[in-house]
Amino acid sequence: MTFTRKLTGAAVATGLSLFAALPAWAQDAPPKIDSGDTAWMMTSTVLVLAMILPGLALFYGGLTRSKNMLSTMTQIGAVAALAMLVWVTWGYTMAFGDGGSAFVGGFGKMFMKGVSAESMSGTLPEFVFACFQMTFAAITVALVLGGTVERMKFSAVMVFGVVWLTLVYFPIAHMVWASGGLFFDMGALDYAGGTVVHINAGVSALVACIILGKRKGYPTEPMPPHSLTLTMVGTGLLWVGWFGFNAGSALAANGGASLAMINTFVATASAGLFWMLTERVLGHKGSALGFCSGIVAGLVAVTPAAGNVGVFGAVVLGAIASIICVFAVTKLKPMLGYDDSLDAFGIHGVGGIIGAIGTGILHDPSLGGPGDGSVSIGAQTMIQIEAVLTTIVLATVGTIIAIFIAKLVTGLRVSPEVEQEGLDLGEHGERAYN
Amino acid sequence: MKLIMAIIKPFKLDEVREALSSLGVAGMTVSEVKGFGRQKGQTEIYRGAEYTTNMVPKIKVEVVTDDALAPRVVEGIQQAANSGAIGDGKIFVLDVGQAVRIRTGETGETAL
Repeated sequence: MTFTRKLTGAAVATGLSLFAALPAWAQDAPPKIDSGDTAWMMTSTVLVLAMILPGLALFYGGLTRSKNMLSTMTQIGAVAALAMLVWVTWGYTMAFGDGGSAFVGGFGKMFMKGVSAESMSGTLPEFVFACFQMTFAAITVALVLGGTVERMKFSAVMVFGVVWLTLVYFPIAHMVWASGGLFFDMGALDYAGGTVVHINAGVSALVACIILGKRKGYPTEPMPPHSLTLTMVGTGLLWVGWFGFNAGSALAANGGASLAMINTFVATASAGLFWMLTERVLGHKGSALGFCSGIVAGLVAVTPAAGNVGVFGAVVLGAIASIICVFAVTKLKPMLGYDDSLDAFGIHGVGGIIGAIGTGILHDPSLGGPGDGSVSIGAQTMIQIEAVLTTIVLATVGTIIAIFIAKLVTGLRVSPEVEQEGLDLGEHGERAYN
Repeated sequence: MKLIMAIIKPFKLDEVREALSSLGVAGMTVSEVKGFGRQKGQTEIYRGAEYTTNMVPKIKVEVVTDDALAPRVVEGIQQAANSGAIGDGKIFVLDVGQAVRIRTGETGETAL
């Protein structure tokens, strides 16, 4: 039976004694489905789905040029769908299968073998747990596309998706969330997937966009977002869906989920406003895109922190992550010259790193966090940094392999003509707007 | 007959339309156009990427009137579209050779 750190975190946060959590662990009493928990987790699962389609599809789609709108949205939807099929085939068992090592789960649950409507995970039917985790795999691989859109072939995206999930996502998910996983045993704090989802996706997007090369005409040709209206709509859907992502990561309808919920409100609000403030301080107008970018940076930063920091810790974390992300996308990217089309690295990678490290600091009770103070701030922060660095290395190596396999199988980039006329027509034979 | 073509600021369209209606102008054609003059362009900035667009959105109003009404139409547009800032636009007056009402085949000023 899988017992995750999220559950322990939630139990500690609600002030339950460890003893109270023991029966479920030791299986002294026959396990019982909690209908409240199950209802909330089923809801959370579809909330995370709404983050992908239509949330992320609109957020990313609005940022591209109108000729690549459908391509961007279709790549996101299709790679997420593919991730779901891979998940039930070999993904779930690689992440959460019984046995296995510190790096990957056992392969006993391939094709969901042995899992039935009667199987349980904690207080949930195992299918609900598997579905919830499935949506995480799906959104993470879709997030990577933020670095590669407007030039990467649809077929290459699909090949890359399968290899990347297998080499990078499933092992890291296992390390963070499964008992016996490397980060789990190190005591790394990652409430809802700051390392697994955001650092992982952000770093992979950076590596992929560097190998893929810049879009034709970047950075001399203007490439303004074609619809910030749709980006704003997508931002709203992401924020709403993120409550499933963060509060759902309590894996129960309990106090831990409530802390994650309020933090997902306030860290995000803080980050949205601080991005705009930073723009003003830099002598520009506070912008709609800045607001949206700040919202997402805040959501990313609060992901590892959601049930692991106090309310004002979350406010501070959102603000700091937002300010640093402004510099990552407006200064660092032009300085280094890579073409991370939609700033998947600048926001998810950088915001995720700030969130992961900040969680180590703000978890401490002296800073309002729900920690018990048994691990010092310094020691916890070092553990967080170790987890971040390990994720960066794994994501980098895995992405290089996945991209080169995709290159061998399908070729990576569309032809210059297709890139010129747009991937909507060239790859899908449609236009977004007629 | 005169064709009066005015390039104005988009937010002035309603005032111009009201001014012309009060003069008895029965119809007009409006299009969304882009261009530049002394106002030059504007700067847009997206996540730090700065783009200078040298074309500013404007509205083009076209009205055909008889010769007697033309000076008052020009004056009406000039006053209604005036905000006192650069970029208020221009008015051009052209001679019109012929006008035909498609439904009836009437020609000349009766077709207006």
